[in-house]
Order: sequence, then structure tokens, then C-alpha cells
Amino acid sequence: MTYLIQGRTNDWEVVIGLEVHAQIISDAKLFSGAATSFGAEPNSQVSLVDAGMPGMLPVINEFCIQQAVRTGLGLDAKINLHSVFERKNYFYPDLPQGYQISQYLHPIVGEGMVRLDMPDGTREIGVERLHMEQDAGKSIHDQDPNRTFIDLNRSGVALMEIVSKPDLRSPEEAGAYLRKLRAIVQYLGTCDGNMEQGSLRCDANVSVRPSGSDELRTRAEIKNINSVRFVMQAIEYEAERQVDVYETGGSVVQETRLYDPDRGETRSMRSKEDAHDYRYFPDPDLLPIDLTPDFVEEIKKNLPELPDAKKVRFISEYGVTESDAGILVAEQETAKYFEEVALGRDAKLAANWVIHELFGVLNKVGKGISDSPIVADKLGNLVDLISNNVISSRIAKDVFEEMVAKGKDPGVIVEEKGLKQITDAGEIEIAVNNVIADNADQVKKFREGNQKLVGWFVGQVMKKTQGKANPQMVNELLLEKLKG
Amino acid sequence: MSELTELTIAEARDGLVNRKFSSVELTDVHIRAVEAARDLNAFVTETLDLAIERAKASDDRRAKGKPAGGMDGIPIAVKDLFCTEGVLTTASSHILDGFIPPYESTVSQNLRDAGSVMLGKTNMDEFAMGSANVTSFYGAVKNPWYVNDGKDRVPGGSSGGSAAAVAANISLGAAGSDTGGSIRQPASFCGVVGMKPTYGRCSRWGMVAFASSLDQAGPLTRTVRDAAIMLQAMAGHDSKDSTSSTEPVPNFEASITGEIKGLKIGIPSEYRIDGMSSEIEGLWSQGVEMLKDAGAEPLEVSLPHTKYALPTYYIVAPAEASSNLARYDGVRYGLRVDAETLDEMYETTRGEGFGQEVRRRIMMGAYVLSAGYYDAYYVKAQKLRTLILKDFSDAFKKVDAILTPTTPFAAFAIGEKMDDPVQMYINDVFTVPSSLAGLPAITVPAGLSNEGLPLGLHLITKPFGEETLFCVADVLENLVSFHTKPAYLSKDAR
Repeated sequence: MTYLIQGRTNDWEVVIGLEVHAQIISDAKLFSGAATSFGAEPNSQVSLVDAGMPGMLPVINEFCIQQAVRTGLGLDAKINLHSVFERKNYFYPDLPQGYQISQYLHPIVGEGMVRLDMPDGTREIGVERLHMEQDAGKSIHDQDPNRTFIDLNRSGVALMEIVSKPDLRSPEEAGAYLRKLRAIVQYLGTCDGNMEQGSLRCDANVSVRPSGSDELRTRAEIKNINSVRFVMQAIEYEAERQVDVYETGGSVVQETRLYDPDRGETRSMRSKEDAHDYRYFPDPDLLPIDLTPDFVEEIKKNLPELPDAKKVRFISEYGVTESDAGILVAEQETAKYFEEVALGRDAKLAANWVIHELFGVLNKVGKGISDSPIVADKLGNLVDLISNNVISSRIAKDVFEEMVAKGKDPGVIVEEKGLKQITDAGEIEIAVNNVIADNADQVKKFREGNQKLVGWFVGQVMKKTQGKANPQMVNELLLEKLKG
Repeated sequence: MSELTELTIAEARDGLVNRKFSSVELTDVHIRAVEAARDLNAFVTETLDLAIERAKASDDRRAKGKPAGGMDGIPIAVKDLFCTEGVLTTASSHILDGFIPPYESTVSQNLRDAGSVMLGKTNMDEFAMGSANVTSFYGAVKNPWYVNDGKDRVPGGSSGGSAAAVAANISLGAAGSDTGGSIRQPASFCGVVGMKPTYGRCSRWGMVAFASSLDQAGPLTRTVRDAAIMLQAMAGHDSKDSTSSTEPVPNFEASITGEIKGLKIGIPSEYRIDGMSSEIEGLWSQGVEMLKDAGAEPLEVSLPHTKYALPTYYIVAPAEASSNLARYDGVRYGLRVDAETLDEMYETTRGEGFGQEVRRRIMMGAYVLSAGYYDAYYVKAQKLRTLILKDFSDAFKKVDAILTPTTPFAAFAIGEKMDDPVQMYINDVFTVPSSLAGLPAITVPAGLSNEGLPLGLHLITKPFGEETLFCVADVLENLVSFHTKPAYLSKDAR
């Protein structure tokens, strides 16, 4: 399903590469001992190093190295045993040192790959590199008419910049890539993936070319997009803008653009002419990072099961469909929840309840699975009640709603409300007999050939039993009696 | 002045141990010496009250039988490059106006922990960039050495205030820093001992950075033994500096044995530079003869890349400086010159805050790192640095120490060599190669120029070879027997 933009003369293909900044989960910053928690009082998590005081020196937080290697391994990437921190020099008030410590010529992680499950099949998106760098502080422009305030809490926070190859060909693929990348880092515990809080930020490099061409045309870089939806919208807008530029005889300039979600458009921020010369050079305050193969091996041994592997296992172990498995592994918490529900139970039934009923409720109340009003254990009990014919699927939906509302155990709800399924053949027979006796006309019609009426009879019996009769038994008995 | 100001650190230490005088008495005479010598402009900030306070604390410790360390009660001066808690720290730059650090550099903390008493923060070339102490925002320092021609001499730089203070008997010792010769050249100009340890021996934490891969703290003292005592207090691993060495710190003073028989002393032919004066050449030859007489074996060695050292240094050091000095932007501390826009604020603050030499080096550094020039300059300089290091490694396979002159000439008059920066840069021609190689080196006063100004001889050893360095330097010092005092000490005669 190729994404093409129809132009006046020809179709256009979109070429997209994403640069993702992922905040490393770590207690301390990349080069200082200051804390990293989100939402703290401005300038309350700033060490002398983070504030760029004279004579202060960075010291690498080794845990961040482990996290970067772990992420690299999770992306099936080459781990570079030798990597180097360099200084990226530019002036900005929220960059206290006047340079950002980053990795440039020698990143810690080289080429890797992210696999996407798209409706028309699997796509493999290349990862160019992953490197570590420190975040800058935050400039606050809206608290005073004349002054800008600086919050250095983020200054020095550890980031991983994950750069994809220009392998993405549609907004949908870009969205899928971002979601998949987020799932992987969340599985690995190396980034919380929270885009709202800025733990995951995305720059999109977008260019277009005539369909069928291999050229890479001038690209625009859309900076700092903070949701998957906006990334997709920004790319869509930008690609169409570029097609328009080409088709009206213009040429696309290399520039940095900003996405404005309110107006749904991208705007030029600065052109290549204003581009900084960052004057990268190896940071003389830091030694190169030289890892041993054992160090990497140790991290590899302790990697968790990642989404792709989990999906394969869910299909084979639980017999769920490929598409259900894809949904269930998209987030680690969902996969974990599902497995708790499914373990030792009818897994397909469990998958159904998680995907259709539970997700429905979560969407409605706007909660994530980790805040689900129903814990996995209780949903498991509900699945048990259905599998053991204690309640019917229809009754189960009522019980489920009650569970959402009250948080009670399904067994208790069934007991309290007397919702237990009637499986006593004698009791059901009485109800069936009564319905047949009371509706001679309908019985006649059925016997004359209106087979569809069986549904109506079932409905009547269920009504008489407040929906508690075992539907299968009702069906069997009705057919037997109606046929006479 | 009191004869207490003429003591060496070792003698003062013994006097304190034997209760011949207290630290307060010793400090007091030095305070008066500081006050009397203000015309030298050796200090940016005097910390005389603090000194008395610390001297009292030292005497209290000693009274309780619990002296702090090897320098307890000894008055010293600290170059204004070291951040000192609660005490103005300027690096002699306008841009650090009013900067009072809330922290103490590791080296000055180590000196405090050893019990030493800080008299003040010494003047220096701005951001340690200079070889004459004329680039200081706080004005030039005068060399206590002069001859009767009416001209004040420079003390050398960048640790000019430290060297002058030690030479003028204001301070028993002083902490300096050396990037390309900033301890050794002024020590030589002022007739004192100046020692730069192996890169990584002393922590750079809290030391205002000039060129991170070269900067190294070290002592300026009146004797080699004092340098050993003082380095002992300053050195040591620091987990806050990633480039600080974990190499164990030996007992430096114990390495002074007076015995150098059989040691091989390298004489690098490449240091016989074009136009070298006969007085320098003579001094050098004399040094070789003396060490030979003491039982050492002089050997010609070759350091073929020596001629590239100065140009290499003037690429590497400014490159690092251009980045290290970016933090002085008027945003958080020090000078801010307000302007309409942010860019203008940067320009005016940095334009007014930095002196000409600092601006020159920032420009050179930014240039050699910029796109299109990086490979031609910075990368090539790094390659040369590796070759220079290899020259030394090869030489130290054959010899135990290398002897060279410290400077190509004696102290010149304030105002001279100002027209052409390169003329100024030549001051460090003999000290820069060992800086680039990160090697320990020391200068010992070895004689007087024809004019009557002090000249030093320079010894270099392999990395972490400080023990050999101190041992040979001590022997040389004894053989030279340099006891001439600067004219300033008999200034009534002036």
C-alpha cells in the first residue's frame, strides 16, 4: 500500500528519516549527580557542573552507558566498544557551558533495525546510529514581558539520540516506527517513552521525489514534535507543501521547520544560512569510552523479551491471531496484563476480553492499562466464570460493567445478583414448555417452516429466566420440543 | 623584613614542629610582607584575615598534638585560577567580576587539608594566557628582580604573581598552574623553583580551565625540597576529574637522596634553537658538566618533532580555550553588559569582559575548529602531538631525565615583546613540548644572565617520574648553589 501524493504531472513519494531524542531512565544526570525527576521546582535539580560554573568537570554516569548499550542491543544494533564524547559548541542561555557534550564521529551504537508490522506486511527500518548526549535547560519566555527565565533542571539530563535511515515512506510508517521504538525502549526500561513530558521527542527529516525515482532531494527538518499524531500530521503537511513547491517551479530549501499543531502547518524556523558551525571536537575533560565484550555480553544476557519475540510466542503459545498478538505486545503493560489473564485459561477468550471489552472501557475513561479499574486477576476470574458455564457471555458483559463501576470480584457480583446460569435441565424445560404452551400461533408458524422463529423462542425463554438460562441448553431443548 | 620570611618551607615546618615560632607569628610576618610589597601587584585579592584565622586554627591543632598535614601552619599564596570558597576568584579577568565561588578547588582544598595558610590569590595573565603577566585585568606584576636601568621586568607568566610572591619573600610557596610553561617560565624569570607534575597528578576540579588537556597545577617554591613537600599536599586522585590519575602518589621528599650516580641525562640536540644566546648555551653546558661531575652520564638524544611543538600548542590550546571560555556569557555570573538583544549582550559582555590576548586565542581556537579547517589544523595538531609524545617515549628508553634550558632569554622589561604575539609565544619554546606530552618537569635557578637576571635549567622525566625529577633537580640545585637575592629585597638601595 504505497503512499503517494498525486501531483499534477506525476505522483510523488515521501522520504522520511526520524531522529528521536529519548531521555535515559537514570536517577542522576549524564555527567553530574543531580536528580532527574520530572516536574520539580525550577532550578532545584542543578549541580555546579550543570550550571557551567568555572572549573567544573563532567564525570560520566556509568549507568547511562549501560542503558545506551541495552537500547542498542534492543535495536539489534552494532555496539561500538570504542566511543568518544565530543563538544558541540553554540551559545544559548539555557546551555550553560556554551557547548553540549554529545557523541559525533564515534557513537556508542552503530547500525540496527526496527521491524514494523504494516497492514501490507512487514517493513524493516534501518537505524543509522544511537548516541548519548546531554540535554539543555529550558528557556521560559512567558513569565515576564522583558525577561527570559532559565530553568536548568533538564541541563545535563542524559539523552539517547536514535537516528533512523531515510527508510520511512509514509506518515503511517513514521507513526508505526515511533510507536515501535517507544515500545522497545519501554520494554528495555531505558526510557519511559512519555512524549507529553518530553522524555521522547522527535525530529522528522522530510523530502519528496517523483514516484519511482531513487534520488534523495533536499530535506526539511521538522524539530521537536511531541506526539505520534503530530509527527504524522506534520509529515503529511510538509510532504504536500514540498510537492506544491516543486510543482509551482520552486525548489525546496534545506531548513529547520516547526510544526504548529493548532494550525496544522509547518513553518520555517531558520535556514541553512543561519546554521551553526558547531565546531565539534573531542571533549578533553572526558576519556573515550572503551567497553569490554564481557560488559556488552552481560547486558545482552539480561535483556527482556522484546515485542517481536513476544508476539511470536503469543501466537504459538496462546493461539491468538497475529493481529491480536500485535495489539497485545504493543505495550509491555498490556502484554503483561494479558498473560496474567490468559495463564491457565482459555487464551483466545482472554485476548477477546482484553482487546475488546477492557480496551473499550479504558478508551472511554481515558486511562492506561496500568491504571485499569479491573486488575488482571479479576478479569481472569470472569473468564473462568464464562469458561465454566457459570455465566453466559451476555451476562458476563453485565458483570463486567459492574466490575468497572464497583471494582468487585466477578464471583461476588454473580452471587449477589443471582446471575448464575441456569444449567438445570428440568428448570429450563419448564420454561421452554411454558413458552411453547403460551404461543401456539408461533409454534404453528415454526412448524409450517418459519425456522427463523427459533431465535424469537430463545428470546422468550431467556426473558422468562432473566437471561440466566444456558443458551445452548435452551436452544437444544426448544428445537427438540418445537419439532414435536 | 623578618628572617622568618627567608625560610624555606622545610625550615618553617621544622620551626613549627619544634615550637620555635607559631603559625600566627609566621603568618603575621608574611602578612606584613604582603602589605609592604603591594607595589609588585602580586595579588589580586589578599585574604589576610582569613590567613590569621587559619594560622590560629593551625596552632590550636598543633597544641592538641594533632597537626593537619605536611604543611600545617605554612603561609602560601594561591594563583587566582583556583576557585576558593567564599573568596573572589577572577582568573585576572574582567569577565569574572565579583565571582565568589561557593566551592573550593580540589588542589586548594588539599592544601587547606594539609594545614597551609592562604595569604591571598595571586595575579596572573588573564585566564592563564600569557608569558609576562601583562594581560591581567588587574595590571602587570613587577618582577622583584631588576637591574639598574630603571625598567621594571616582567615576572613571566602566566603564574607571574605566584613567582613574584615567592621570590620577594612574601610567601613561602605558591600554587600555580602550567599549560605550556606557566609555572616554569615565571619561576625561571623570578629565580625560584617551579614544578609541573605529570598531567593527571593534580586534579583540575575547581581550577578555571584554559586548555583542559594541558592544564596542570604545581608548586612554585624556593627549593626543590619545598616543591616536593608542596606537591605532596596538592597531588592525588580525584573522582571528580575524569582525567585525574589513579597512580599512587609516592613520598616525593623521600626521593631526594642526593644520589644520581649512573643516571643517564638526555641532552636534546633540537633544543639548540636558531639564535640561542651564548649565555643560555653556556648555562646549559654548565648544567650538563655539573650533573656529569655528580656521576650522571650525559647522552645526546633526539626529539625530532620539537620544532612543531609551539605551532601544535598554539592550535590545541586555543581550540580548547575557545570552548572552555564559552561559559563566560554574562548569563549566570560575572560581568554582564546589558544590550538590546541576546546576541548583542553576548558580544558586548565578551567584548568588554575579555582582554585582547584572550580574544585573540578564542578567535584562533574557533578558527582551527571550524568547518573546513578542522582537519588541516586541529586534526593535524593532534597527530603531531602524538609524534611529540613518541619522541619523548623513545628518548626515555635511553635516558632517565632530559636537561634543557627553561627559557630562551631572561626576564624582559614590561612593555617589551608586545607588538608581535609570536615573539611572546617563543618564551615557552622549551617548556611547551613536555606540556604537550603531559610529562613532569621542573625548573631550577641556575645562574644569572649577563645583565644579572636569573635563568633556570629545566629537567623533564617520563610520566609519573617525579621521584627521579626531584632527585636530579635537588642535586643540580646543590651544585649550582644559587643564592643571589632579587634586588627588590634590598630595595632601600634602589
